[in-house]
Amino acid sequence: MFEKALKGNNYYWIWLAFLGTFMGIAAFCYVRQFNYGLGLTGMSRDVSWGLYISQFTFLVGVAAGGVMLVLPYYIHNYKAFGKITILGEFLAISALLMCLSFIVVDLGQPMRMLNVIFHAQPRSMLFYDMIVLNGYLFLNILCGWVILTAERKQVPPPKWIYFFVYLSIPFAVSIHTVTAMLYCGLPGRHFWLSAIVAPRFLASAFAAGPALIVVVALILKRVADFDAGKQALDKVATIVLYAALVNVFFVGLEFFVGFYSNIPGHKHTLQYLFFGLEHHGHMYNNLVPFMWGFVVLFVVGVALLSIPYTRKQNDFWLGAGCAAIFISFWLDKGIGFVLGGFVPSPLDEITEYYPTANEIFIALGIWAMGFFVLTILYKIAIGVEHEIEA
Amino acid sequence: MDKKRRDFLKVAGATTLAGLGGPAIVERLVSGSSPVQAKAAHGERLAGHGADTHAGAAGHGEETVKSGNRFGMIVDLRKFKQYPELIEKVVHACHAEHNVPHFPTRKDEIKWIWPTEYEKAFTEHSQYYKDKPTISNEVLVLCNHCDEPPCVKACPTRATFKNKDGIVAMDYHRCIGCRFCMAACPYGARSFNWLDPRVGLDMNHINRYFPTRMRGVVEKCNFCAERIGLGKKPKCVEVCGETRAMIFGNLNDPNSEIRKALKENYTIQRKPSAGTHPSVFYIV
Repeated sequence: MFEKALKGNNYYWIWLAFLGTFMGIAAFCYVRQFNYGLGLTGMSRDVSWGLYISQFTFLVGVAAGGVMLVLPYYIHNYKAFGKITILGEFLAISALLMCLSFIVVDLGQPMRMLNVIFHAQPRSMLFYDMIVLNGYLFLNILCGWVILTAERKQVPPPKWIYFFVYLSIPFAVSIHTVTAMLYCGLPGRHFWLSAIVAPRFLASAFAAGPALIVVVALILKRVADFDAGKQALDKVATIVLYAALVNVFFVGLEFFVGFYSNIPGHKHTLQYLFFGLEHHGHMYNNLVPFMWGFVVLFVVGVALLSIPYTRKQNDFWLGAGCAAIFISFWLDKGIGFVLGGFVPSPLDEITEYYPTANEIFIALGIWAMGFFVLTILYKIAIGVEHEIEA
Repeated sequence: MDKKRRDFLKVAGATTLAGLGGPAIVERLVSGSSPVQAKAAHGERLAGHGADTHAGAAGHGEETVKSGNRFGMIVDLRKFKQYPELIEKVVHACHAEHNVPHFPTRKDEIKWIWPTEYEKAFTEHSQYYKDKPTISNEVLVLCNHCDEPPCVKACPTRATFKNKDGIVAMDYHRCIGCRFCMAACPYGARSFNWLDPRVGLDMNHINRYFPTRMRGVVEKCNFCAERIGLGKKPKCVEVCGETRAMIFGNLNDPNSEIRKALKENYTIQRKPSAGTHPSVFYIV
């Protein structure tokens, strides 16, 4: 089936070359970082995780979001998702590849990464994260490939694959739950120490992942002659809308707990993220624009997805609404959540984090790699689709 | 044949009994006191603590005494006020002893023990209307060698671990540099080698008896495990010498110097509500 990825029009190759350029730049930047050390990033003693881990956290959500297509189709036999379920599974594969790459570039000693297996520590949440991320990656490759092969031969998929399809559903939930547990089990980091982190992560994942699928499906409709179906996209948009509302409801609950209880530790990070925190006469607020961007884009996205005209009559506004939600939640989880958690530091100091150019290019390159893989996988899937129709 | 079988059973039985009961006996010998006694003494000290820390900590902070050694430290802030030059001496001695590199940029900083303001060290204490000494005094902070160390739980490769003597130590050759332990530590005690540490060292004047680290691993105070093994005191305690500004000893031995000092003085710990049971105590 892979040969389908080798035939494409000029736009296809230009797009791949465009992504490839960023991947090349990132490879160069990573060699620099590998030789010099993580001192080449903006991370510091106080903000010890930066852009890499925050992208990782967000992308785990994108990977988990695919389950919102798999579950209705396979459990509830919701036929309208027949054509786009494969998009969800393949999106999970590329998102997980990005996740794993972000972890590797963040390691101080990447050559030793197999120590996680050789000297496994079952009390560490990273151990479980490694298991569920790799497990979910394996399940999606297996299910996606077997089902697509069956589809191509126009035979029903083998019965045994359904075991793995059903297994992938709790795995999707688990990847984001365990990723939340990396944060919410740490004492002394008040912002993260909240039982609602895992549900909040899941809600934002079930909005951001499907939102990206809608945007991509609308693009594929124009450029690849692939119609996911109006009914399917409308249903996905409903899922996005509800999940987005639940996520922001959870954020609101964090505000209530912090500000009504008036416990300083619970308030500080929220203050820092949304209003800026004054400390020893200096105002620290470099994340404030991102967080208000999150709020504004959320409102715009919800509006576009709830007003019948923009939602149903016009592909452009539907896509814009989903893109707004996706970017909004990227700002929330892919920027604010991880970076904000380090402020204030355990010694009540405030260090602000600014990623370096080298670091940004590595992050961009990994995103490009993810979309490169996604493009190839979708090209194969759509190629099979067209072959059957022909 | 039968006789042999009988002998075998005898030996097997004795071995099993030794296996089951042995550790308890050994532990008793090592701790130097019966567990009941140790617990009583400990409980008394904690009762004194409860009043200062907030309700949650008093309720949950009770430590159960484990047998065996547990090394601990007292930092006497009164003494450091009396000998203000001591702070710098301690920091310098520790960092020289352990080849801790010096980087001028704050973001690359590596430190094992360092002075900070009172309110930064004790973030949970009321800071209203502080008395003058409290504002001006600096507090030495270091790894607390917690009895329940969150960093050990977080480490995915067991590169950081708790020794039987209570010291939270590190294997620099196993650390993958994921920095999960840095996020987990409620005391900000851990540093990461963002750069090649040898660049920040004067290689002609390093301590040849302690390894330098490499780029990309985490490091922190090790309570001078390498010196304790040789029967010496930690470097910082040695530097303080007769001033007794820092006291080191076995917290599980009711007759140790540190236990006597804990009995005689009102001490506090950093962030007791984190449930980590620090082994470093402060006399304010």
